[in-house]
Amino acid sequence: MKARVIVTLKSAVLDPQGKAIEGALRSLGVSGVQSVRQGKVFDVELSGNDKASAETVLKDACDKLLANTVIETYRVEFAE
Amino acid sequence: MKSAVIVFPGTNRERDIQRALSLVSHSKVVPVWHAETDLPSNTDLVVLAGGFSYGDYLRCGAIAARAKIMDSVRAHAERGGLVLGICNGFQILCEAGLLPGVLVRNAKLRFVCREVNLRVERADTPFTKAYRKGELLRIPVAHGEGNYTADEETIRRLESEGRVAFRYARSDGEIDETDGPNGAINGIAGIYSESHNVLGMMPHPENYIEPEIGPIDGRGLFESLAAALKAA
Repeated sequence: MKARVIVTLKSAVLDPQGKAIEGALRSLGVSGVQSVRQGKVFDVELSGNDKASAETVLKDACDKLLANTVIETYRVEFAE
Repeated sequence: MKSAVIVFPGTNRERDIQRALSLVSHSKVVPVWHAETDLPSNTDLVVLAGGFSYGDYLRCGAIAARAKIMDSVRAHAERGGLVLGICNGFQILCEAGLLPGVLVRNAKLRFVCREVNLRVERADTPFTKAYRKGELLRIPVAHGEGNYTADEETIRRLESEGRVAFRYARSDGEIDETDGPNGAINGIAGIYSESHNVLGMMPHPENYIEPEIGPIDGRGLFESLAAALKAA
């Protein structure tokens, strides 16, 4: 089964990279963009088809490695 | 004195730190590969050197922090053993949870490679006894992710417990966050663990130990370590 883990900076954490991207979009003339925050996406393939146990595994993966919970939050999405 | 320098794939300052430890601290130095499980017997000091462990993949220091040897480093720290992390080593200590907080991208997004003024916040720890409180040191930095940050409560605790080791300062000794190399909160350049036996710092004292090369303001840290371990 396939899952996607999305890791983003907590809203209180400054994101200078997102700011730089935001500025670059503006200078390219892309209008209507209010703000940009950069994050990370992990596409994970899991053995087994049980969504509940997959959620447990991915939570473990995020807490142990994929996210630094001091500054980041994460969420998991499953492909239908 | 016996020091173990942990080497990860991508560590690149282990030779410099070995030279500083043997030349200034007169320490026996043993390099330890990250896949080892145990530290050499009777290790007094563990050093995590600078570099780009695992190519900074995922987050700086994140993968190195989960290496096998880190369990032994953690146990050494819990026994009260001395641990020093410089630059990428500081990032690894934060990722491993041996120090609180995190080092994020420099505020101005640039890799910064230059000399800074470093203010010694206290001179009564095993790392700083050879310095004076408030002394200004000239020490180089070289990093892209040295912007120290943590939640408000952690910062309050670090400040109230005297756990800030060094701050980036102006030449008059005053702290100016916006003038620092990376935007670190309160100008924090290095912090201690609760018992002050673990130190993480972004600047490179091992670069400034020989007069042939330039200033020797980094020597004090290695002299302090030697003196602290001799006294112990």
